[in-house]
Amino acid sequence: METFIQVLIDGMLSGMVYALVAAGLCLIWGVMDVINFAHGEYLMVAMYVSYWLGFLANVDPVVSTVAAGAFIFMIGALTYKLIIRFTIGKPGLVALLATFGLAIFLKNLCMNQFSPNFRIMSDTWLSGKTLHVGGLIIALPQLTAAVLALIVVGLLYLLVNSTKFGWAIQATAMDREAAELVGINTERIYILVFGIGGACVGVAGGIMPSYLAVHPEVGSMFGLIAFICVAMGGFGSIPGAFISGLLVGVVEALAGFYIAPVFKYVAVFGLYLAVIFLRPKGIFGW
Amino acid sequence: MDPILKVSNLHSGYDGVPVVFGISLEIMPGELVAIVGANGAGKTTTMKTISGLIHPLSGNISFLGQDVSNLSAHEILKLGISYVPEGRRIFGKLSVRQNMYLGAYTEKSQTEVSRRMDELFEIFPVLRKRAKQVAETLSGGEQQMLAIARGLISKPKLLMLDEMSLGLMPSMVEKMMETVKAVNEAGATVLLVEQMVQEALEIADRGYVIQNGKIILSGQADELLNSEQVRKAYLGM
Ligand SMILES: Nc1ncnc2c1ncn2[C@@H]1O[C@H](COP(=O)(O)OP(=O)(O)OP(=O)(O)O)[C@@H](O)[C@H]1O
Ligand SMILES: [Mg+2]
Repeated sequence: METFIQVLIDGMLSGMVYALVAAGLCLIWGVMDVINFAHGEYLMVAMYVSYWLGFLANVDPVVSTVAAGAFIFMIGALTYKLIIRFTIGKPGLVALLATFGLAIFLKNLCMNQFSPNFRIMSDTWLSGKTLHVGGLIIALPQLTAAVLALIVVGLLYLLVNSTKFGWAIQATAMDREAAELVGINTERIYILVFGIGGACVGVAGGIMPSYLAVHPEVGSMFGLIAFICVAMGGFGSIPGAFISGLLVGVVEALAGFYIAPVFKYVAVFGLYLAVIFLRPKGIFGW
Repeated sequence: MDPILKVSNLHSGYDGVPVVFGISLEIMPGELVAIVGANGAGKTTTMKTISGLIHPLSGNISFLGQDVSNLSAHEILKLGISYVPEGRRIFGKLSVRQNMYLGAYTEKSQTEVSRRMDELFEIFPVLRKRAKQVAETLSGGEQQMLAIARGLISKPKLLMLDEMSLGLMPSMVEKMMETVKAVNEAGATVLLVEQMVQEALEIADRGYVIQNGKIILSGQADELLNSEQVRKAYLGM
């Protein structure tokens, strides 16, 4: 029983980070119907930001995560300005292929600049630290990442649902012309939404090097999982993406422990297929 | 006195194909002007162009002496033109109150927004009752009132209403017309696009008749109402 709870907790901790990555993707989809295929690569770039800040300036990931969030906010805003803007109103495939291209570009840029080597940060504030609760062992780096993720998703939810700016985001998502007619600068909303979506994944990527190796391919699986969470939660629903993130984390941990580590993604994608089969519009879809 | 809105030789349309051919309008401050015409005549296209949702292919729109032909819709709203579009276009998943707040998006003072909202709730008491309700669950008529209230809460200098009577029962149409008249008398200039030719011209000072993207007739509202052309074509007399 204790082992089960241990695995469950580990799953929930990684699930919350998935939830944060997914929340960023979800926001962008919900507002502008764009699937950002470079989302996982944003995460990878954020991890490099954090890694290099640590390596060159001795900044801990706990601090760098803020810088990584800000950096990816700008990358997101730039992605909109330079790429996405020209795809609005065109068939959905256009934006999809454009961001796919961006993903390949970012991955190869990092490969070229930083080599495919795995880079590990040692001696961070949290590395190797654990918390013992009864018989349970909780890794402090993962716990910190999870708590941070929970806070950021919570803030994002409040921003979208409880502020005038958030209502303007929702209005823009529902009817762009009508939003313009009440005085909302919807172009600005789009830029900011892409930036905020990026900032979410940037914060996640910023804290991750305190427990995960950095390499150019690290983002791909996270991007895919984020996509699954968004689809499973119901496109555009932040609570849906959050629940799905948790669910994916838990299923992945349980399958990895009780069946076999190589089996964990099979279980995750199985879960995805099952949910989509039962509820094509996702858990919170409308 | 200078016109508040002056549209000169406006050509406008979609994807470069014009559907409005050289329309000119002048609206004086404080006037209530109606634009009438058959389906597909180009009324909504004209309104969309004035409000900045689409831009003129040629011609010119000036508001309070400023050329606004190529401004975005949100900039034009800030200058004081509020367009209540055809088909309500309320924000369905948001509450009535949130819709109203967004109508006053450019107003920074919270107390001012609350004051205006109370004012509008006096005019449309049903909206106060439904303030917390999700807008898409309102009845059609209630949604129309919300659309108008949302358009009014920004305190526009020029209010443009497109087909506000669509889908309303006759007693409601009458009430809406009275409301528009009252808003006009309280100082707002109003440009009204209507299928209800009779009702619109009854409350208007002046009117324009559009046909196939051109103005074929204009004048004092009562003259238009009595003109042979309007009576035949639009009033079925
Ligand atoms: N988005 C659009 N794309 C292409 N053509 C359009 C578009 N909207 C309107 N049109 C065309 O422009 C012409 C004028 O339409 P408009 O909506 O301005 O007419 P209207 O006078 O408002 O008619 P109604 O009384 O039916 O609302 C019509 O022939 C219509 O088919
Ligand atoms: Mg129309």
